[in-house]
Amino acid sequence: MLDYTPKEITERKALNVNPAKTCQPIGAMYAALGINKCLPHSHGSQGCCSYHRMHLTRHFRDPIVASTSSFTEGACVFGGKSNLVKGIQNVFNIYNPDIIAVNTTCLSETIGDDVGEFIRDSKVPEGKRVIYANTPSYAGSHVTGFSNMCKSMVTQIAESTMGEGNNGKVNIMPGFVEPSDMKEIKRIAEEIGMDYTMYPDTSDVVNTPNTGKYDMYPEGGTSVEAIRESGDAMATVALGKYTSEEAAFKLEHKCKVAPYVLKVPLGIKATDAMIFKFIELTGKSVPKALEKERGQLVDLMVDVHHHYHGKKVAIFGDPDIVTAMTEFVIDLGMIPKYVLTGTPGKVFAKDIYHMLENAGIEGSSVKSEGDLFELHQWIKNEPVDLIIGNTYGKYIARAENIPLVRVGFPILDRVGHSYFPVVGYMGAMRLIEKISTAFLDKYDQECADEDFELVM
Amino acid sequence: MPSEHVILDSRKSFIIEKGVAAGATIDCDKESLSGAVSQRACVYCGARVVLNPITDAVHIVHGPIGCASYTWDIRGSLSSDSEMYRNSFSTDLREKDIIFGGETKLAKAIEEVYSAYHPKIIFVYATCVVGVIGDDVDAVCKLAEQTYNLRVIPVKSPGFTGNKRTGYKMACMALMQLMGDEPHEEKIPYTINYLGDFNLAAEAWIIQKYLREMGIRVISTITGDASYSTLINAPKASYNVVQCAGSMTYLAKQMKKTYGIPFEKVRFLGVDETVKALRKIAYLVGDTKVIERTNALIEREMKKTHERLETYKKKVAGKKAAIYVGGGFKAIALIKQFRNLGMHVVVVGTQTGDSEEYAMIRRLTEDGTVILDDANPSELQKFAMDKQADLLVGGVKERPLAYKLGMAFIDHNHERKHALSGFEGAVNFAKEVDMTLNSPVWHYVKNKNKTI
Ligand code: SF4
Ligand code: SF4
Repeated sequence: MLDYTPKEITERKALNVNPAKTCQPIGAMYAALGINKCLPHSHGSQGCCSYHRMHLTRHFRDPIVASTSSFTEGACVFGGKSNLVKGIQNVFNIYNPDIIAVNTTCLSETIGDDVGEFIRDSKVPEGKRVIYANTPSYAGSHVTGFSNMCKSMVTQIAESTMGEGNNGKVNIMPGFVEPSDMKEIKRIAEEIGMDYTMYPDTSDVVNTPNTGKYDMYPEGGTSVEAIRESGDAMATVALGKYTSEEAAFKLEHKCKVAPYVLKVPLGIKATDAMIFKFIELTGKSVPKALEKERGQLVDLMVDVHHHYHGKKVAIFGDPDIVTAMTEFVIDLGMIPKYVLTGTPGKVFAKDIYHMLENAGIEGSSVKSEGDLFELHQWIKNEPVDLIIGNTYGKYIARAENIPLVRVGFPILDRVGHSYFPVVGYMGAMRLIEKISTAFLDKYDQECADEDFELVM
Repeated sequence: MPSEHVILDSRKSFIIEKGVAAGATIDCDKESLSGAVSQRACVYCGARVVLNPITDAVHIVHGPIGCASYTWDIRGSLSSDSEMYRNSFSTDLREKDIIFGGETKLAKAIEEVYSAYHPKIIFVYATCVVGVIGDDVDAVCKLAEQTYNLRVIPVKSPGFTGNKRTGYKMACMALMQLMGDEPHEEKIPYTINYLGDFNLAAEAWIIQKYLREMGIRVISTITGDASYSTLINAPKASYNVVQCAGSMTYLAKQMKKTYGIPFEKVRFLGVDETVKALRKIAYLVGDTKVIERTNALIEREMKKTHERLETYKKKVAGKKAAIYVGGGFKAIALIKQFRNLGMHVVVVGTQTGDSEEYAMIRRLTEDGTVILDDANPSELQKFAMDKQADLLVGGVKERPLAYKLGMAFIDHNHERKHALSGFEGAVNFAKEVDMTLNSPVWHYVKNKNKTI
C-alpha cells in the first residue's frame, strides 16, 4: 500500500510532504514557449533545466526545448556572467530563435547574478531580442514564475506608439492553462468578432500536429511584434489573479492600457463574465453560436444534476484554476469540502471563503501553501466523494477509493488535456461529463447486482 | 531540413562517424557548452536516482521545492515491502531560509519526519542552493542521529558540482557511510550482493530468481528493492556482482577495500550477456553443483528464448536503430541485442559514456555508424534522419522527438514498463521493438524519413 499518511493531524512547520506546487522556472519556461520562435533559456545549473523540460515533456507529450547556462563550481564562485554572455551567443548561432527568454534559477538568484546587466553586455544580433525574468523558487511557485515571465513580456517588449489613441484591439492574458484552453478562448473572442492579441499563447506550440518532421519553432505562439503592439491596445482582459493580474497592471502603468482582471473562464459563471467583458469592450452582441452553447451546457446540467448534487469534493492545484473550479462546483450544487493550493498567497483563502459564505456552505477547510499530505489527512478524517486536481491526486484517490477528475498541471498519466479545453461553455460541458462519468463508473463497478442498471 | 542544422565547431570532437571520419578518439566526460540544449542532468539527479529505490528510507530534499517535486515517484522501482520511498519530502526553503540559513529548518524537518514515521533511515540531499548558502548539513544530520537514534545520512549533491556521474559517486559514498567501516572478515558462503539494478519493472527479481535456482543467495540488491536491514548486512556477502557499472563500480571498489569483497561486472541485457553473466557468477562461486545447476538453467532458458525470439526476428530484421542512452554499457548491450534481431545500429550516443566504453562501441558498430557524446536534440535529429533510422531508443525527452520524426521508440530509461533484463527481458525487448516498429500508426505519419 502506498498510504503512508497518518490520520492524526500534528502541526508541521518545516516539512513539506507530497507538494502541491513546483518551482518558478518551469512556469516561466511554459509562458516563454507562448512566444513565436522563442527559445527559453535557464540561467543556472543543468539539472534544473533538465527537470523542467522533462516535466513539461511528460505533461504535453511534445518535445520541449530550452537551453541552459550549465553552471559549474566556477560560475558559483565568480558569477554566471560569462556563461550567460557566451550562452546567448551560442543559442543565436546554433538554434537561431527570434527571441530568447531567460529565466533564473534558485542558484543564480542566490549568488546574486544581475541577469539584466549581463544581457545588456551581450551581443544580440540585429532584429533579435533577449528578455528575462527573475524566478527564484524560494518565493512563490511555478504559478509565480509564469506570472513573472508574462510581466517581463510587458515590461521588456510592449510599447505604446500611438500617443492617446488605441488600435482597437483587446489583449487577452490567458493564465497558466492548457494550449487547448487558450485556443478555446481565442475561438470565443473570434465568435464575438473581437480584435485581440493573446499572449502568451502556447496553442500549436506544445500540442503540435504530427507531420513527420520536427520543428524546433512550431508556427504557434504570439509574435514579438504583436506583443510589442499590445501597448496600443484598448484594454487588457487578464484571466486569473495569480497568473495574469500583475502583467496587466504593468501594462496599464507602462502604456495606460485599461486592465480588467477576471477569473479563468472555467465554469458557467466565469465564462459568462468573460464573454460579457468582451461584449462590453467591443460593443458587439452575444453571437448566436455562443448563446446556443450556453443553452446546451445548461441543458446538460439539468439532465444530470442529480448525479452530483450535494456531493462533497476536494479541489487542489493552482490558485487560479482552483478558484474558478470552486465557483463552478458550487454552481453544480456540490460542496467544496477541501480547497487547497501549494502556492503561497493571502487572497486565495479569502476569495474561496467568500464564495462559500455566499453559497451558505459551512465547515469547509481552505488553505494556501498546503501540501497533499495535509489534504490526505483531512480526507481521512472526513471523506469526500470526489477529488479534482492534477495527477498527484491519484495516491489519495487510490488509498481512499475516491474518484479523481484530472484538471490542472501536471497531468502525467492521461491524454487529451492539451486538445480538449476545460474553459468556456464547451469546457464546462466536458467537465460535467468527466465528473458525472467518474461517479457512475464507480457506481457501476461497486453496486449490488440488483442495483446494476442499463439506464442511468 | 536536417542538413540545415549547424554542428558547432566546439562539438565536433564529440562526434565521429565510424570508418569515415578520421578522429582517433572521441571527447567525453567534459562540461557541456553554455547555451546548448543539453540532455544532461545534475549531481542531485544522479544521487537521487541511485538512492531512491531504498524502500523504507525517507528521502528529504533540502532545498527549494522544485528539486523534490520533479523527483517525486518518477522511477518505477518496485518494492517487496515498504513504499515509503514513493513519497516526496522537502524542506521547501523560502526566502528567509536562504538569507538566514536553512539548518534550523532542516533539523525541524527531520524531527517532524521522525515523529510521524519513526523510520530507520533518512537521507538528506543537499541541493544547489544549500551548497551555496553553506548549511552545515553534516552537523545537522549527526546531531539528529544522536537525538533520535536512527541513521541520518547526508548526500552532498549540489547540482553544479559536476554531472550525473558525480551524483552516482556521492550516492555510493552515502551507502558506504550507512554500511560503516567495520572490516567484516567473516563472509557467508554462497552469498552475493547484486549491485546496480534498480528493480525497474521487477528486473532485480528476475535475476534473483535465477540466482536462487543456481544455489546462490542474494543478501542485498543495491539499490532496487533495498532496505535498511539488507544494506547493513551487505558487508557479509562473499561477492559483489555489478550490473550498472556506471553508477556502482565506485561502491564495489570501496566495498572491496573496506570489507574485502571481490567484485565482477556483469550485464543482464540481452541473451548473450545474460548467459555470460550467469556463467561468470557461477565460476566466481566455483562450486561444481552451482555450475551444474547454472548450465542446466541456461540450456533450458536458451531453448525457450531462442524460439520466442525467432518469431520477432522475422518481423524486425533489416530495420535501423538509433541509440541514445545514459550510460555506455547500456549502449553496448543494446547494440548486441539489435544485432541479434538482425537490425542495424546507425547512431549511438550516450550522456555519460567513458573512453573505454566508446572504444568498445567503435569495435562493435558497423562502418558509417555515427557515435556521439552528450548529444543535443538537433544533433540527434540530424543524424537519426541522415541515417534513416526506423527506431530510437532513449529516455523521456527523446520520446516525443522520435514520434514527431515518424520513428518508432523504446524507453530504455526509467519509464520502461516491461523488464528488459535476463531471458524474459530479451523477449520483452524484442516484443517491444516489434510492437512499436510494426504499429499501423506509422502509415498515418506523413513524410516518413525513409526518403530524403
Ligand atoms: S537546483 Fe541543483 S540540485 Fe536541484 S535540480 Fe537544479 S541543478 Fe539539480
Ligand atoms: S533549484 Fe530551484 S529552480 Fe532548480 S529545480 Fe530546484 S527549486 Fe527549481
